[in-house]
Amino acid sequence: MGKVQVLIVDDSSVMRKIVERSLRQAGIEIEKVFEAGNGAEALAVLSTTKVDIILCDINMPVMDGLEFVKQLSGVENAKGVPVVMITTEGSEGHVVQALSAGARGYLRKPFTADQVKEHIVPVLAGKA
Amino acid sequence: MNAPKMKSNATDHESWRSVLELASQEVFDTMLASPLTLAPEPDSDDRLDITAMVGLAGMLCGVLTIRCNSKAGTAMASKMLGISLEEAASQICDAMGEICNMVAGNFKNKVSGMGDGCMLSVPTVITGGDYDCHSLAESNALKLSFLFERENVLIALQVQS
Repeated sequence: MGKVQVLIVDDSSVMRKIVERSLRQAGIEIEKVFEAGNGAEALAVLSTTKVDIILCDINMPVMDGLEFVKQLSGVENAKGVPVVMITTEGSEGHVVQALSAGARGYLRKPFTADQVKEHIVPVLAGKA
Repeated sequence: MNAPKMKSNATDHESWRSVLELASQEVFDTMLASPLTLAPEPDSDDRLDITAMVGLAGMLCGVLTIRCNSKAGTAMASKMLGISLEEAASQICDAMGEICNMVAGNFKNKVSGMGDGCMLSVPTVITGGDYDCHSLAESNALKLSFLFERENVLIALQVQS
């Protein structure tokens, strides 16, 4: 697995920084990080950019994470790009909703770097 | 930990005290790598000038608040981001809001039956201590007094239904 380009979607800039730091702590080599504060901003990023993985919160203003994932099917640059939800919404129902919408994985906040590694690395390696 | 089943009766909310304590401490242990310990004595909220709030709606309606002073808020942002206290000063509101969001989410996920039936609002953070908060809730708030880096942190769950 080489260096990857990541899109982190979360309305909290603090959480975006923490996710990036956790990815690096998990040993994932990052070429570039793109950030978006909600689903609509993330769609705008993807209109001009192709990334290797998208990490996305659920509860966000303007466009939430579930709606964003549903809309990805119509985005050329998002075809085949795995999405992992990183969210406080950790109920079984939310997990099912996210996976049904097209997410490849699900990580609950709060999380450790080990959990990031456990959930993200297999997705990047195409094993999840 | 097996959490108690969710009940709508306001008199039963006291049983959630241990769940809220655990949910709060897990967030601090995991995301800040710094312990949140129960305070030996409940502290006054007079000098707590930062309040982060997250609303809960659905099977449980209410609001979860975290209150602390600027020093504790700065320390939280610093620990959470791994940056200096000087750098952290501008990140207090965002960090406090996210911590409150995670405590609320962690709490509801631990109460059986509430995870799917309860939605969280995006966080709101108020700075300044010269205000009173009035609730129309029928029950008293579930209040926990903690110490973080020797500073007081008050976490409260006000349940409306």
